[in-house]
Amino acid sequence: MQFPILSALIFTPIVAGVVLLALPAEQKDWIRRVALAAAVLILLMAFKLYFSYDPGKGGYQFLEEAAWLPQFGISYKLGIDGISLPLVLLSGLVIFSGVLVSWNVEDRPREFFSFLMFLGASVLGVFCALDLFLLFFFFELAVFPKYLMIVVWGYPKTREYGGMKLTLYLFIGSVIALVGTLAVYFGSGLRTFDLLALEQAGFPIEFQRLWFPFVFLGFAILGGIFPFHSWAPDGHVAAPTAISMLLAGVEMKVGAFAALRVGIQLLPEGAQYWAPAILLLATINVVYGAFIAMVQTDFKYVIGFSSVSHMGLVLIGFATLNRDGLLGAGMQMFSHGVMTALFFAIVGMVYDRAHTREIGSLGGLVRKMPWAAVGFIIGGLVSMGMPGFSGFVSEIPVFMGAWQVAPLVSVVAILGILITAAYIFLVVRRVFFGEIPPELDQSVGDVSGKDKLVIGMLSLVMILLGWFPSLLTRLIEPGVHSIVALMGGGW
Amino acid sequence: MEPVTNHLLSLILFTPTAAAVFMLLLPREKISLLRNFALAASLIPFILTLVVWAGFNPQPTAAMPFQFVEKAEWYSAIRASYHLGVDGISLPMVLLTTLLTPLAILASYSIQERVKSYMILFLLLETGMLGVFLALDLLLFFVFWEVGLVPMYFLIAQWGSKNRNYAALKFVLYTMGGSLGLLLAIQLMGVAVGSFDLLELYQRWPGLNELSIPIGLSVSTVKAIAFWAFVVAFAIKVPVWPFHTWLPDAHTEAPTAGSMILAGVLLKLGAYGFLRLVLPLFPAESQQFAGALAFLGVAAIIFGALGAWAQNDFKRLIAYSSINHMGFVVLGIAAAAGMLNTTSPVGLLDKTIALNGAVLQMFNHGLSAAGMFFLVGVLYDRAHTRDLNEFGGLYAVLPVYGSVLIFTAMASLGLPGLNGFVSEFLVVRGAWPVLTLATALAMIGLFFTGAYILKALKMVLHGPLNGRWQGHLTDMTRREVLVMAPLMILMLVLGVWPAWLLDMINRAVAFLF
Repeated sequence: MQFPILSALIFTPIVAGVVLLALPAEQKDWIRRVALAAAVLILLMAFKLYFSYDPGKGGYQFLEEAAWLPQFGISYKLGIDGISLPLVLLSGLVIFSGVLVSWNVEDRPREFFSFLMFLGASVLGVFCALDLFLLFFFFELAVFPKYLMIVVWGYPKTREYGGMKLTLYLFIGSVIALVGTLAVYFGSGLRTFDLLALEQAGFPIEFQRLWFPFVFLGFAILGGIFPFHSWAPDGHVAAPTAISMLLAGVEMKVGAFAALRVGIQLLPEGAQYWAPAILLLATINVVYGAFIAMVQTDFKYVIGFSSVSHMGLVLIGFATLNRDGLLGAGMQMFSHGVMTALFFAIVGMVYDRAHTREIGSLGGLVRKMPWAAVGFIIGGLVSMGMPGFSGFVSEIPVFMGAWQVAPLVSVVAILGILITAAYIFLVVRRVFFGEIPPELDQSVGDVSGKDKLVIGMLSLVMILLGWFPSLLTRLIEPGVHSIVALMGGGW
Repeated sequence: MEPVTNHLLSLILFTPTAAAVFMLLLPREKISLLRNFALAASLIPFILTLVVWAGFNPQPTAAMPFQFVEKAEWYSAIRASYHLGVDGISLPMVLLTTLLTPLAILASYSIQERVKSYMILFLLLETGMLGVFLALDLLLFFVFWEVGLVPMYFLIAQWGSKNRNYAALKFVLYTMGGSLGLLLAIQLMGVAVGSFDLLELYQRWPGLNELSIPIGLSVSTVKAIAFWAFVVAFAIKVPVWPFHTWLPDAHTEAPTAGSMILAGVLLKLGAYGFLRLVLPLFPAESQQFAGALAFLGVAAIIFGALGAWAQNDFKRLIAYSSINHMGFVVLGIAAAAGMLNTTSPVGLLDKTIALNGAVLQMFNHGLSAAGMFFLVGVLYDRAHTRDLNEFGGLYAVLPVYGSVLIFTAMASLGLPGLNGFVSEFLVVRGAWPVLTLATALAMIGLFFTGAYILKALKMVLHGPLNGRWQGHLTDMTRREVLVMAPLMILMLVLGVWPAWLLDMINRAVAFLF
């Protein structure tokens, strides 16, 4: 029997979270070390998976299965394919970065790192689950650490509002998704939650068309789909840095991923029927999100809304239901995850030192924190789809996919690029260049070595991917093939 | 030696990037080390270009339209590859780029602050420009087309003069905005043909009469839209009237070396796009819209010249002159576009002459514009003003500078015996039979060219000396002369004996079109 690496991956943060809670609260050094050790372990296992997955064989690999509640058809079944593996890697990177940038959290670090680990376990669980119930279980596991971390460690002025709004939105989303999921369960007549079995269930077309919107929309709310996106900026801005990174970087991918895995893969004909509507909403996401980001005066809100815009591209890629579009969506999920994690990390570094996020009261920070400035610029170039960075190689296939089904979507969505370029260049200039306000000149210092490690690592990933997209497409391509096969002839 | 000789183009392309990465490790206080390192690093691509030049067979064949070709997997998931090669059109442009970059770096020795970042950006810029000339894959072309914007934006925004933020943002948004249509058209072609490889697109795209795209428009309409998307992107870069307004701002605010590269190389990217992509990929549309292109070119010639004439800012004057001179490139291209399908021997000859003129004009303008911008910079470094009304009578104080300025200005003006004359003559000669009216109007523009250049010379060098400069200005240093010397030698050589370059260009354009 092979080593159950996926279970190890999911249970490492759970165990670490429990151990952390058991440590005495005043042992801050040990708390940090345990959290870091767990994060490193997760990252190493994610890389191990990346290198040992066999793209030639494709399909789900590293399968594990154990009976859990057999009388209800619920099993503990794990496995990853070319779509979920990049997301596992992304989670590893973001959790590791999140621990590093939170190194100096002084307020109850024990609980902070412990909850961070639970959140990590939740996202890893969703990506690896091959049982619908298990997937839902991990999906919901995130609610409690997410809410607590925002309201306890968040930005004092808006944390109650942001935390409550985010939780309620996601709760409604998951209720809708749950209804759809249960319909799938009962409708299949198979009495099983096994995703692979359900994929082959052959639901009647009317059934698919009726229930697809429930499943897809329920999950896509967590992916930030218009018009249910407004929790994202509010929640992300209110959250502490590491949680913003994890929420925008990974949790939004959890929503999108579940919408793909459960919605599109189980109900492909429903997806074909509803695809034009999704395309419309997602295109609004892209353009409207970019416009709103442009008019923000709060540094962190700019990034919050840019996520809304970028997740629109992921959803467009999904809705094309063809090879190119899905490939691009897979790439964009990873690329956006890394980019937005870097963005939020840097916003946090700036706020910790300047104690303001108003763009108007910042300026000239490149002289104080050059690493942060360069990292933000690189993130910005990814964000505007500049060639040579991961954003470009992710967006191109999305647009190519859209050309094949709805050329107008490409033509409209591309405006998002120009608007993004405009606000990124403006924000970079106002925050990092120009005159430094005198009160900041005294107080602001450079970022720490750990911060530099995070900036360097995430930037490097985005540049490498921009020049060598095959690093990921070698995984995503076989993953996409099996989804397209479900689709039959596309739409 | 095999790995080196087989990858000469990659080495030319990425040596500057490698050097830039290495420079990250150098200490920021060692200013002269940084400068010398950047200069040395930028000389390597130049030497390698000479090696390529020596091994280049000027006669292209159907079996080998491009030479020194490299092809490797890149983004195979969407059928884009790393495909490089040179022909008689791109090789002169590569030479121009690798020649101007070291000169621009040498010209930047006067930069005092943040030398490290400056030099790194400059080297990255060189890779971006070279990639456009070398790419034989449409997506790769676009990658380099856009990548060069980033270093240029920061060079203008960080080291520019007073109005730099406005100018830099205008430059980058204008160019990016123009590229959106190009990007869409590239995606469309990639989807329709199933490949981004340029050689394959040459074969299949022009004859394509069925689209696998649910767009609800006829193929010819889609192609016409794609044609204009390409044209607008390249016209903004050239720039062609009425897309030129970013240029005077960007050129005026950029640091001296930035202006040299902007005018010397970046504008050529747009013209090169016309030659490499628009004419071969859209032959029917090019022919159909040749008149419109000629009109835009002539408008650029006339309005560029008039605009230059009206300036009192020395640098702005030179900036407008670029619009004026690049108009001739567009005119030559438009003339060739109008004769693309011609079969008569006379027509073929006219077309080839016009294209020869256009390509040579690109090279020539690269030399003279870079020279002129550098000379403006030399004066500004000393006087800290560019207002022409403040100068006058400087010839007596700065004899070396005055002579160099007159020489370069005459090349720019098109004095026979210097390079500008040859190419402008060829363009006019080639365009006359098909675009008689446009060419006649362009000649009027040429008259204003003389007017604004003489105006600049008069206001700087002649007349009474402004008393405040007495004893405050020093003549050109040895370094500054060193920057100008290669440019001036080439201007003279190309004016007297252009055959060494024209032979290569001529064979390439005769083969391609």
